[in-house]
Amino acid sequence: MAGAVEFILETQGLTKEFAGFVAVRGVNLQVRAGTIHAMIGPNGAGKTTVFNLLTKFLIPTAGRIHYQGREITKARPADVARLGLVRSFQISAVFPHLTVLENVRIALQRRLGNSFHFWRSEAVLDGLNERAHALLADVGIGDFWALRAADLPYGRKRALEIATTLALEPEVLLLDEPMAGLGHEDIGRISALIRRVAKGRTVLMVEHNMSVVAELSDTITVLQRGEILAEGPYGEVSRDARVIEAYVGTGHG
Amino acid sequence: MDRRLLPAIVLLGVALAAPFIVYPVFLMKVLCFALFACAFNLLIGYVGLVSFGHAAFFGGAAYITAYSVKVWGWPTEAGLLAGIAVAALLGLAFGAIAIRRQGIYFAMITLALSQMVFFFCLQAKFTGGEDGIQSIPRRPLFGVIDLKNELTLYYVVLAIVLSAFWLIYRTVHSPFGQVLKSIRENEPRAVSLGYRAEHYKLLAFVLSAALSGLAGSLKSVVFQLASLTDVQWQMSGEVILMTLVGGLGTIFGPVVGAVVVITMQNYLAPLGEWVLVIQGVIFVVVVLAFRRGIVGEISAWLSRLRA
Ligand SMILES: Nc1ncnc2c1ncn2[C@@H]1O[C@H](COP(=O)(O)OP(=O)(O)OP(=O)(O)O)[C@@H](O)[C@H]1O
Ligand SMILES: [Mg+2]
Repeated sequence: MAGAVEFILETQGLTKEFAGFVAVRGVNLQVRAGTIHAMIGPNGAGKTTVFNLLTKFLIPTAGRIHYQGREITKARPADVARLGLVRSFQISAVFPHLTVLENVRIALQRRLGNSFHFWRSEAVLDGLNERAHALLADVGIGDFWALRAADLPYGRKRALEIATTLALEPEVLLLDEPMAGLGHEDIGRISALIRRVAKGRTVLMVEHNMSVVAELSDTITVLQRGEILAEGPYGEVSRDARVIEAYVGTGHG
Repeated sequence: MDRRLLPAIVLLGVALAAPFIVYPVFLMKVLCFALFACAFNLLIGYVGLVSFGHAAFFGGAAYITAYSVKVWGWPTEAGLLAGIAVAALLGLAFGAIAIRRQGIYFAMITLALSQMVFFFCLQAKFTGGEDGIQSIPRRPLFGVIDLKNELTLYYVVLAIVLSAFWLIYRTVHSPFGQVLKSIRENEPRAVSLGYRAEHYKLLAFVLSAALSGLAGSLKSVVFQLASLTDVQWQMSGEVILMTLVGGLGTIFGPVVGAVVVITMQNYLAPLGEWVLVIQGVIFVVVVLAFRRGIVGEISAWLSRLRA
């Protein structure tokens, strides 16, 4: 079944109201399996809200969400993660007082099925170390495994977050501004990393950095005031007069 | 030998020798409250939830043990288990209602629920109202160990409390403890990795309740008494005080806090109501000046020395 659907993630009429303010209005989003799909738009356009709706951190006011052909509108956030739809956060989300290795192990641990075992020693988790080290090496932070996550430089935290997400072997990765706050060098490294991990997966990402969007994405959806303004490949969307106006209007390049 | 074991061995030696120097009933009281505080700390220190209703588990279990041993004639070990089981069930009920709330709301709901348990105990026939359940017989443990001997009782209580400490330590350092830590550090992230945070918090709450129940049950065996004092909201306040004074989130903090508070109550008892005032002052001073508690401040000071 999963292989048969063209759009791995699809919404119909997705709407979210906050106390009378409509942050997302009637969004019909279609993410094609195996592609990198970017969502762009000015600040406050509703991008993060859409992510929160897709991953069930928020309950939609109206509309429906389908993932791999099954409806997940009413699923719980932990459950969509188990189905392979895994998100990152706009502000880098690591477990600061755990070590870098432990951060990745948390993600690997769930599959062992011992996460409620309070009577066993945490030494049983050591079996995961090899896989955890491999994942860290894969994103280029293998040497930092013993540090506390809080002590990593910001760009490396982003890499750790991606390694942790990849540990779940997700089908779809939702990345909320993976380049935010990164320096030039880190941007190059993380965007190469995203391109690499996108092989055999689907990536939906929110990003303000246009050169990254241009370079990575197959399809772009432009959101403005909660509604889809335009959609298509970069070349098309970037010439769209309404898109240019929306960006010039808010001072975005 | 592992040098980290040294303090534990010294403490064990002190605990074994103590009843020859200090009145055993006083020591057992300290042990019961140290366990209560550690059980409470499992929740506040490792999950970050402040319960204001732990008296319900402590006192509820005390009544159940008292009643089953005295009226039904159950052996002591069965009475203890019954107390733990009822406390765990109460914990499950409280937790199911409160666990999705945070901060002050969680504290308020647990307080409200524990007041319901208090009024139930006040009204119900089996608790003996104002008198409580008195002169609970100390039936031999497993039919052979004579608990009427105060020294024997002390060592039995010590063994049970140490096993419970070990279980708490194990829980904190288990696969489950690891997930708890991640939830406390960054709950949305843990959820986005597929962990249903409420389930983990609920299990921690039930464990904390069950161990608080064990503390209450032991207390009723030691004092041969279960009374309204055990389920009253002041008891919930006292355990918070002990944990904060000792240092929350540290393994030994609550034990030290219990020793300090119980000793103080004991020696200041002649001052009557003034004990409460003095406790209140200490509470304020700790909250304002020693936020990490006694053990927390000492270990922070030691690590500064080393650095
Ligand atoms: N929980 C909330 N309650 C009320 N309003 C909210 C909430 N979350 C978001 N909003 C509002 O919804 C609108 C969309 O916010 P959102 O965070 O989705 O924007 P965004 O496109 O991600 O912006 P940015 O580029 O700055 O990250 C904003 O006006 C915001 O203030
Ligand atoms: Mg955003």
